Amino acid sequence: MTDPAGIGPRDSGHTTASTSVDPLAPLILTDEMSKAELAAVPESPTRIFWRQLRKSPTAIAGGAILLLFYLLAILAPFVAPYTEDEMDRRAYFHPPHTLHWVDNAGHFHLRPFVRQTRLVNAPAFTYAETIGEERPLQFFVQGSSYTVLGVLSSRVHLFGVDNGRVYLLGTDSFGRDEFSRLLFGGQISLTVGVVGILISFTLGLFLGGVSGYFGGATDSVIMRSTELLLSIPSLYLIIALRAVFPIDLPSQQIYLGIVAILAFIGWAGLARVIRGLVLSIRRNEYVTAAEALGVSRFRIIARHILPNTLSFVIVAATISVPGYILGEVVLSFLGVGVQEPAASWGNMLNQARSIRALTSFPWLLYVPGIAIFLTVMAFNFLGDGLRDALDPRRISGGT
Amino acid sequence: MKTYVLRRLLQTIPLLIGISALSFILLQMAPGDFLNQMAENPAISPATIEAMRRNFGLDRPWYVQYGLYVRNILLHFDFGESFSRHQPVFTVIREGLGNTLLLAGAAAVVTWGLALPLGVWAAVRQYSWVDKTLSLVAFVWLSVPEILSGLLLLMLAARTGWFPVGGMHSIDYDDLSAIGKTRDLLWHLALPALVVGLVPLASRMRQMRGSLLDVLRLDYVTTARSKGLDERVVIYKHALRNALNPMITLFGYTLGALVSGSFVAEIIFAWPGLGRLTLDAILTQDQYLVMGSVLMASVVLILGNLVADLLLAIADPRITYD
Repeated sequence: MTDPAGIGPRDSGHTTASTSVDPLAPLILTDEMSKAELAAVPESPTRIFWRQLRKSPTAIAGGAILLLFYLLAILAPFVAPYTEDEMDRRAYFHPPHTLHWVDNAGHFHLRPFVRQTRLVNAPAFTYAETIGEERPLQFFVQGSSYTVLGVLSSRVHLFGVDNGRVYLLGTDSFGRDEFSRLLFGGQISLTVGVVGILISFTLGLFLGGVSGYFGGATDSVIMRSTELLLSIPSLYLIIALRAVFPIDLPSQQIYLGIVAILAFIGWAGLARVIRGLVLSIRRNEYVTAAEALGVSRFRIIARHILPNTLSFVIVAATISVPGYILGEVVLSFLGVGVQEPAASWGNMLNQARSIRALTSFPWLLYVPGIAIFLTVMAFNFLGDGLRDALDPRRISGGT
Repeated sequence: MKTYVLRRLLQTIPLLIGISALSFILLQMAPGDFLNQMAENPAISPATIEAMRRNFGLDRPWYVQYGLYVRNILLHFDFGESFSRHQPVFTVIREGLGNTLLLAGAAAVVTWGLALPLGVWAAVRQYSWVDKTLSLVAFVWLSVPEILSGLLLLMLAARTGWFPVGGMHSIDYDDLSAIGKTRDLLWHLALPALVVGLVPLASRMRQMRGSLLDVLRLDYVTTARSKGLDERVVIYKHALRNALNPMITLFGYTLGALVSGSFVAEIIFAWPGLGRLTLDAILTQDQYLVMGSVLMASVVLILGNLVADLLLAIADPRITYD
């Protein structure tokens, strides 16, 4: 409250705008202010945030990995050489193709090639490369037609081979390309987290805000509901909720069902924290001022109180996404989530459940496993960096 | 203290009613029931199905069913009948819960047996390579979900044959001596317990480290050092006792969480616990078995939290609840 122009207070959301729009600002920055005083005008919170975030290499790496993964998932039909349900009956449990740069004569090729294989032992699914059947990796090849983001139709795929097949990460028990399934599965597994968070955080913010601001009976009802949800072990609750929907549904409906289940469970913990924050924020003078001006109660919650919880919510959301992703993975792994032939990282892992897959076809575990691990780690790294960058104590120390 | 325990126990009653009502409503919303599945079997006559429906009370409105359910639990401690196993639900659950608690207990031994010494080690050698390595490993391990560590250990078991690939007993279990039986059980228990126990290890270790470092900064530790006490006495006799205090609370809370944590490991290692039971029950729409398992798992979670609060009160005389 020592800053009359409202340039500096920690009222995120408003502040960036007020530095440029506030009519008082030009009056204060007049010539009677010395250069030193000008320099003391604080940076905008957004700039401080970016400066702090750049200091953390792990957060940047996490963000970059996520950007890449989401981009790959969106562009899956283009990047993937095959569709998610295209089966090759001559290549069940085919191991990942080796990319060769040196041919049999010892000549180096700048363009890598794969050798086509033949089945040498049918019951064990072992394959041998056929010398003479080299297929150089081609870029921008024609393949099955697709549509990206509902608008861009094309038949061009990022890479592929002519007169043969290329399985960079191997195939599964139906002879489907693991690389393609990983990308298409990412569309489901990666978005479940974000959509789930959007729903459950909207619910949690609203109910937590109402609970903390209104108090009384409303507060009691909402808080008893959260206690109820939090005292059932989460996986038991998820499974019980899953029983409400039939097992065999079209994959889009299953997807929505999973998101709904995870969001239904996820809001409770957040609402409790938000309620606590709201209880302390509502004592601020500007809330009393807004009340005196006759601002409606929902508007006070939405415009004056909740924006103050923003930095907490951003960090909490980033750190919570892996939980939602793993929720889908576990449900699909247990066979009650996304159903074949649609791909998700969970039902891809399900293929690795058998002893035989684990001993003879380990890529069935490694491919989705590493993708899940990297995604979870990237979110954790990013969340950690965001926490440091948004921490007000760090900001004051940095300037 | 007594009134506090009593109050906490009384508070769980509405909670348990809420949980049972919620799971009951959810199962009512589920399409079809166990008898619908039986009706698809041509060998069973519609008359038999109808008789069973009446016997189980499934032809009554849901609130009557729920009332009967609650009454039977309160009066006869009867949780209903499992449709698919033709046994009382309580008998089925008792076995599953016992196995889950065995797994959870072994997992707790793994977690705390490793977390406490490693945390102390890291704190005593703060900023040494030991501390840094442990921090890094803990940071990476936080991103390995249970489902992956479980499958990796299953892969180890399948490839080396050092451990069984699932189940709870060997085939010749019944012929073994008492010592042989225990050894067989522990051998089967090792990997699932490791999977469940390693999940919270990273954070517990970091918490132990932080807690001990906080205490080592206090004045009385400086006093102890300056009067010439051996460093080992300072750490293990003076500092560690106070540093363990926050860990005791955490211990109680993790006990409850272990039940949920065992779920995935039970599925991967075919451990016949409550989680597997619940999944089977859901898949066969065995209504009363689902409700019983959800209720039982929640009771364990609630009791775990209660134990956590009580342990803290016992460990820290400054805390009073009356």
